[in-house]
Amino acid sequence: MFKYIVRRILQAIPLVFLITVIVFTLLKFSGDPLAYLAQDPTVTEADRFLLRAKLGLNDPIPLQYVHWLIGDNWYWRDIDGDGVVDEPGTRMGILRGDLGESFRFRKSVNDVFAEHLPRTLMLAGTAYVVTVVFALVIGVFAALRQYTIADNIITGFSFITFSLPVFLLALILVQVFAVEARKAGLPALPVSGLCDPRGDCSTDEVIRHLILPVLSLSLISIAGYSRYIRATMLEVINTDYVRTARSKGLSENRIIFLHALKNASLPLVTLIGLDIPGILSGAVITETIFSWPGMGYMFTQALEQLDAPLLVSFVLMIAIAVIAFQLLTDIVYAWLDPRIRYT
Amino acid sequence: MATIAQSKPGSGVISLEEDKRAPESMTKRVVKRFMRHRMAVFGSFLLLAIVLYVIGGAFFYSEAYANDASLRKRFEAPSAEHPLGTDEAGRDVLARTIYGGQISLAIGVLSMMITVALGTVVGLVAGFYGGWIDAVLMRFVEALLTIPTLILLLMLSRVLIDLSSSTIFILGREISITVVVIVLIVGLLSWMSLARIVRSMVLSLKEQEFVIAATTLGANNVRIIFQHILPNCIAPILVTATLTIGGAIVTETALSFLGFGVMPPTATWGNILNRARQDIEGYWWLWMAPGALITLTVLAINFIGDGLRDAFDPRSRK
Repeated sequence: MFKYIVRRILQAIPLVFLITVIVFTLLKFSGDPLAYLAQDPTVTEADRFLLRAKLGLNDPIPLQYVHWLIGDNWYWRDIDGDGVVDEPGTRMGILRGDLGESFRFRKSVNDVFAEHLPRTLMLAGTAYVVTVVFALVIGVFAALRQYTIADNIITGFSFITFSLPVFLLALILVQVFAVEARKAGLPALPVSGLCDPRGDCSTDEVIRHLILPVLSLSLISIAGYSRYIRATMLEVINTDYVRTARSKGLSENRIIFLHALKNASLPLVTLIGLDIPGILSGAVITETIFSWPGMGYMFTQALEQLDAPLLVSFVLMIAIAVIAFQLLTDIVYAWLDPRIRYT
Repeated sequence: MATIAQSKPGSGVISLEEDKRAPESMTKRVVKRFMRHRMAVFGSFLLLAIVLYVIGGAFFYSEAYANDASLRKRFEAPSAEHPLGTDEAGRDVLARTIYGGQISLAIGVLSMMITVALGTVVGLVAGFYGGWIDAVLMRFVEALLTIPTLILLLMLSRVLIDLSSSTIFILGREISITVVVIVLIVGLLSWMSLARIVRSMVLSLKEQEFVIAATTLGANNVRIIFQHILPNCIAPILVTATLTIGGAIVTETALSFLGFGVMPPTATWGNILNRARQDIEGYWWLWMAPGALITLTVLAINFIGDGLRDAFDPRSRK
C-alpha cells in the first residue's frame, strides 16, 4: 500500500511539471505586465527598461520559466548593462510558495487566496453534502421502485435538470425564490453577496445567502448522481449475495442499507473524487451570478482586469487539486475494494 | 423475415430467406435501429424544429432589425410588437434569438469539426505508432484534462478577445471576429477525450487479422490508418461528435453569459443572457427564451447521441 502511494505520487510529478509549462505559457500570453506604465507620462523609456531588467522580463524565456518556478533571489542580474552584476532578484518562485502579487487586489496572491478560499470551501462543501445526501436518497428510492410512476417522474425530472446549463438554473431559482416570492409577499431569499451589507453578517444571514448558490450548484449534480446510484443499486439488488441475504430472512431495510447500498456506493467514490474540477468550474459561474465572494468570483473579477499572477495561480491551484483528488480517489478506492491490486 | 438479420447483426448467419435479397448494409441497419429509439427520434424532430426556427425566422425578421438599437425602447416587457420584449439596447429579443441561434448552432457545429479532426488524428497517431509518440501525446492530453476546460477557455478568450473587437464579413454578413475566436478555442480545447477513445480503439484494432493482412499485402501506414482502421472507429467518433456539438453550444453560452464570449452586435443565445447576469432580478424575458432554446437544443442533441450509440452497438442498450 505504502509503495503504491509513493509510486502514484512519483507518477504525478511529471504531470505537474507539464502543467506548469502550460500555465507559464498562458502567463506569457496574457500580455505585458508593465503595459499600464505606457500611459504614465512620468515614466520614461529608460525607466521602463530598468524596471523590466529588474523584474527579469528581459531574460530569455526558458530562464524566466525557471525563475518563476524556483525564484530568482539567488540570481544576480546586470541591470544597467555595464557588464557588472548589480543585484539579485526578489522572488521566491511558486515552488517555494511565492505566487506573486495581484494588481487587482494590491496584495500577494497568497493573501487573496487565504481570504477567498474559505468562502468557496463553505459554498462547495455545503453543496457537496447536499448533493450526496439527496442523490443517495433519490437514487435508492427510484431503484426500489423501478418503472413505477414515481420512478418515471424522477427520471423525467433528472433528464431535464441534467440538460439545464448551470447559469439558467440559477436564473430560474432567482426568479422563483426572490422575484416571484417577493411579489407574492413571501419571504424572499437574498441573491447577492456573502451577507447583507447593512446587517451584522450573522451566521443566520450567511446561511440565507448560501441557499440559492448551493441549490444551483447541487441540483444538477443531484440529477446526475441519483441516476448513477439508481443504476448501480439496480445492478447490486440482482446479485447473488443480496438474494442470499433475503433467503436468510434478513429485514428488507438491513438488506438495502447494509448489504446493497454499501456495495453500490463504491463507484460513487470515484465519481465524487473525479467531479471536483466540475464543482470548481461550476463555482466560477455560480459565484459570479450570486456575487458570492469566493475563488470563482475572484477569478472572473481578475479576468476583467487581466490580473495574470492571480489567474495563473488559480489555474495552477485547481490543476494540483485535481491531481491530488485523483490520487486520493485511487487510494480510497483501492482501500475500500480489496479486489483491486496495488499494481 | 427481416428480423432474423436484425437480431443477429454481423453474426455471419444467413438464413435461406434472406439470401434472396441483397444483404442489409451497415448504414441501413443503424438507421433502422435509430428509428426505433423513441427518444432519439423525438430529439431529431426537436432539433429539426429548432433549426427551422433559426433559419425560417430569418424570413420574417431581417438581421438589421435584430441589431437595430433604439434607446427609447429599452427593457420593454413582451408585447404585441415585441413578442419576447426588448433588451438593454432596445433590440427585439425574438429576432435576436433567431439570429443568435444561427450563430450558436454554427459555433457548435464548426468547433465540433475542429474537435473531431484533432481528436481523431491524435488518437489514430498515438494508438497506431505507440512508443514515445504515444507517451508524449497522452501525457499532454492528461495535462490538458487536468485543468478545467471552462477556466482555461475563459482565460484564453479574455486574452485573445482583448486584441480583437473588430468584425469580419462571412457569406455577406458582418460578424464579430469573436465568433471565430470562440470556435477556434472551444474546438482546440475539447478534443482530448475523443483522442483517448479513438486511441483505445486503435490499440485493439491494430492487432486484428485484417490489419495484419493489409500489412502483409504491402499497404503503407497511412493507407492502413485511413482505409482500414479509421472506418472501424466511425461509431464512437460519430457519437462523440454529436454530443460535442451540445457541449460546445453550452460552453459558448457560458462564456458569452460571463461576458468573455461573443461580443455584440452579433447575437448568440449566450450573450442575450449576458445582460440578465447583471440584473438577475430584473428582466425575465431576457433569459427565458434563449435559455429554453439552449436547454432544448442540448436535450435534443443528447437524445440523438444516446440513440446513435445504441444504434451502432445494440449491446450497449440497457
